[in-house]
Amino acid sequence: MAQVKFTPNLKRFFPDLCECSIEAATVAELVAACDQRWRGLSDYLIDETGALRKHVNIFIGDELLRDKRALSDAIAPETRVHIMQALSGG
Amino acid sequence: MGVRLQNKVLVGTRKGLLILRRDAAGWTVESAHFEAIPVVYAMQDPRDGSLWASLDHGHWGGKLQRSRDGGATWQEVEAPKYPEGATCPPEFKTPATTSYIWIIEPGGADEPERLYIGTEPGGLFRSDDGGDSFQLVAPLWNHHSNKHWFGGGREYPGVCAIQINPRDSRHITVGISVGGVYVSEDGGESWEARNRGLFADYLPDKYAEFGHDPHIILASPSNPDVLWQQNHCGLFRSEDGGRHWQSISDKSGGPADFGFALALDEKDERVAWMAPAVSAEYRVPVGRALVICRSEDGGQTWQDLRQGLPQQHCYDLVFRHALDKRADSLAFGTTAGNFYVSGDRGDSWRCIANNLAVVYSVRFMRWAGA
Repeated sequence: MAQVKFTPNLKRFFPDLCECSIEAATVAELVAACDQRWRGLSDYLIDETGALRKHVNIFIGDELLRDKRALSDAIAPETRVHIMQALSGG
Repeated sequence: MGVRLQNKVLVGTRKGLLILRRDAAGWTVESAHFEAIPVVYAMQDPRDGSLWASLDHGHWGGKLQRSRDGGATWQEVEAPKYPEGATCPPEFKTPATTSYIWIIEPGGADEPERLYIGTEPGGLFRSDDGGDSFQLVAPLWNHHSNKHWFGGGREYPGVCAIQINPRDSRHITVGISVGGVYVSEDGGESWEARNRGLFADYLPDKYAEFGHDPHIILASPSNPDVLWQQNHCGLFRSEDGGRHWQSISDKSGGPADFGFALALDEKDERVAWMAPAVSAEYRVPVGRALVICRSEDGGQTWQDLRQGLPQQHCYDLVFRHALDKRADSLAFGTTAGNFYVSGDRGDSWRCIANNLAVVYSVRFMRWAGA
């Protein structure tokens, strides 16, 4: 089970969003599983091709996700996954 | 009744949506929504009074919001999605995703569940269930001329104008910026480019059939065969549904030429308003003075309307959806965060707000009530 933590900024749109444990082998699976629990959340993280949105970062442990196109990065059991927003101006 | 219709205006800004209301004391901000989120476009569906807003989250993508209680509460509606395998014009290498929702347009009065959405990278979407879901209008997206579409100001082309003919809801006029004018007379099944008479001085062949840049197209409510167009290369007007366009930029040296926004009179097809800037390469108000131009003779001549508008050190531009008209009232918002109204068809103006964020859209509420 991966431990998933979200940027608090997403709570504006998903008020009951919280840290949770999710069974997933890849980041793509993890995002899909999160969407099951918080319907519509995946649209905030990925576009309709499944690619990570430009200003979203996902960390697996301390490492940034590598495959931003298909989110195929593997998640080992007990890994901490952080879903964050990228730094951007405006 | 007439007064009530002009009493509220939706103002989409880079930092949220404002609903302004006019009462005996004048115009005030009634409510603010989506604070700190860019609101690209907001309008009221005149058929049922519902409000729609297009949001452009910096981080989380473009979203659609709908309110059925005048803005008291909002529901997020799933934003349109491009089908698998779709790629962006003109190279057709990058996967197409909804990167910007330019405009939301209700269908005809006889099709209450239909809505249209214009997006970047150039897709027109249609809903037949009141906006709960949207499908790409494939015959336009796949038009044989789509290799001539490209981005102007943004990375990819955008559907920025959608006009439904009030006499026939199957007659749809669309402006693609950059691409040109496209018309369907069979409900979107087939599309014809209608760019004859336009010119595009940024193309090798300025009279090319495709690749024109309509910033905005409006059909006269009283005679929808009459189309007005603020184009990247000046002002144009058509009296035959876009089959032929005539240049109507001010030939006398006045400022009515380059710009983004247009507004039309509801009753008189000869009357329109536009908001000029110097040129595409020099995007400041003409003479650093804010002016709205009005034509009352089908664009043959233009009159400057300056009373009440700042006439020096002014850097305000009016974006393509940020000018609107309802009865004798006009309203516009600017890139410098200023908001002006006129109650006398533009003869005089009053500043209602300064220090707003960049204004993207201004639309009077148009619902006549239940």
